[in-house]
Amino acid sequence: MSVLAVKDLHVSVETEQGTKQILKGVDLTVNQGEIHAIMGPNGSGKSTLAYSIAGHPKYHVESGSVTLDGVEVLTMSVDQRARAGLFLAMQYPVEIPGVRVADFLRTAKTALDGEAPALRPWIKEVNEAMKGLRMDKTFSERNVNEGFSGGEKKRHEILQLELLKPRFAILDETDSGLDVDALKVVSEGVNRAKAATGLGVLLITHYTRILRYIKPDFVHVFVDGKIAEEGGPELAERLEDEGYDRFLPNSSESASASVV
Amino acid sequence: MSVAPQIPAPQKATLEQHGAKAHSDGGWDASEKGFIPVQTRSERFSSVLHDDFPAVTGQEVDWKLSPVDLLRPLIDDELDGSEYELAAPDAVGAVVEWVPRDDARVGSAGKPEDRASANAWSSTQKVLSITLSGETPVALGVDRTGFGSTPRGAHTVITATKHTSAHVVIRSTGAAHVVENLEIVVEDGADLTLVSLQEWDDDAIHLASHFAQVGRDAKLTHIIVSLSGKVVRVNPSVHLSGEGSSAELYGLYFADAGQHLEQRVYLHHEAANTKGRVNYKGALQGAGARTVWVGDVLIGRQASGTDSYEQNRNLVLTEGTRADSIPNLEIETGDILGAGHASATGRFDDEQLFYLQARGITEAEARRLVVIGFLSEIVQKIGDAALEAYLHEKIEWELSASASQGGAA
Repeated sequence: MSVLAVKDLHVSVETEQGTKQILKGVDLTVNQGEIHAIMGPNGSGKSTLAYSIAGHPKYHVESGSVTLDGVEVLTMSVDQRARAGLFLAMQYPVEIPGVRVADFLRTAKTALDGEAPALRPWIKEVNEAMKGLRMDKTFSERNVNEGFSGGEKKRHEILQLELLKPRFAILDETDSGLDVDALKVVSEGVNRAKAATGLGVLLITHYTRILRYIKPDFVHVFVDGKIAEEGGPELAERLEDEGYDRFLPNSSESASASVV
Repeated sequence: MSVAPQIPAPQKATLEQHGAKAHSDGGWDASEKGFIPVQTRSERFSSVLHDDFPAVTGQEVDWKLSPVDLLRPLIDDELDGSEYELAAPDAVGAVVEWVPRDDARVGSAGKPEDRASANAWSSTQKVLSITLSGETPVALGVDRTGFGSTPRGAHTVITATKHTSAHVVIRSTGAAHVVENLEIVVEDGADLTLVSLQEWDDDAIHLASHFAQVGRDAKLTHIIVSLSGKVVRVNPSVHLSGEGSSAELYGLYFADAGQHLEQRVYLHHEAANTKGRVNYKGALQGAGARTVWVGDVLIGRQASGTDSYEQNRNLVLTEGTRADSIPNLEIETGDILGAGHASATGRFDDEQLFYLQARGITEAEARRLVVIGFLSEIVQKIGDAALEAYLHEKIEWELSASASQGGAA
């Protein structure tokens, strides 16, 4: 069984005001087949965790490790990480002018498998996955993310998840900006991918809404660059009722405790 | 310890940060000593006689970005103006013939605006005339192969007669040391696509002035593709002289080490309700790769209802390259639909590379995809599937050639 393990991860980013610490010691273990929800207020570092695991050059790992079945991921290039089995569904996928979705998908599949997929079964698979996500056939003729609506971008991310079949997927706020219908379609896609390949999922979200459709095994509350509390699905229900207030420094109990 | 939320102090923006400083090509700052008001583009001097133009110093506005020393023979020397070798397979509706320089069609689209163009005009003995006509769409390919390396002058007149629809590709290969004028007359209601494809030998020098007149309700799609040559300078001047006429002017260029690829585009909205789109895209790779794009758009006093937009984008692939990009927009009437311009020159977008690499695609392959995607916006305008596929292959080849160059360096 595959394991993605994050240990004592510290990450900083360069800003105009100087170096800023974002992740301050994250520990997290995701086994294949598990769904972990990472929840937390804006600015707590959830997305930084996602991009640091994927290897975005903007984020500097100061210490700690991320291993996939014991192999260090942090020394790999971005594409090596993907070929090792990691996938990041992005919150804001970028437009790539002049590159058609169909060509992009096939290029990515070829890169991951080390050989080009046989054309006819591949086209059939792409068409079926698009149908499952209620995407029009003409979609594959468009340029990657160019002129896509917010919902189309998210469907396109999950389309890739289903077709590229990673061992671990990080979904960075895949639910943000989606209406309920689109959220259901996208969630079904994630559930299908999990049923098909048994992948592990790190589901990053600000809201509990998506957890009605994608059932987490574990919930982690992320505050100020680390995990503040962990639990089962019941923790999400509690957050739904109480919000993040009790975790924030200016809430009553922590404020009184912090007067120096 | 409680931490008060930090509200970042608003950054004081300087003009420098926004790029809102005096244009580097100068002459725009009225407080400058010796300020001369910018001349309206349409008032630029023109003549068919070489000696009417003063000697070129290299400081002139239209020469200062060009390697004038390499161009001296074409600007001033005697030129061979005889027929040259070409292949033009018969095409229904197209007549390709050599005509004397006093033919009535010569001079119908414009006159030289610089000394090299005038030198070609007065040196040319035989003019290549291409006349397109008929009810069914015409498709013509002309292969120019035989310019050779002695300095030459050349002149071509392309006439799309009334209501003719035509697609013409002029492909130039081999050795060349040539300065030429190319006239394009798109008569009323005609629809002409002209692709000028420059695939010269590495040491070729090519100066071209294209002059186009677009008649009433007529349309010109003009596409310049420059992929090789030591110096290639193609300057199209397009006049939307008929009411309701339109022009789409596209350019694609890929400059390798030591190549100078230049295009000075002039689009003149003369008549009412005309529409213009200018879009040039270039890539630069290798030490000394140099490109110049100047886009002049003039919306004349009579050109009410004009709809115009021009843009230039350059993708810089390595260190040691230089791209000049200068859009100019002159508007003489306020009664227009819209007019705009844009220019951007930049390196790879890191976010695009990250996105592709995050899907397992190697960095080299990701770069290849981004460059081909960037240039394919222009390739897709060509309207000839075989030629589009060919150009995609050529661009792939350019990229792999440059990549191996970079690897050796």
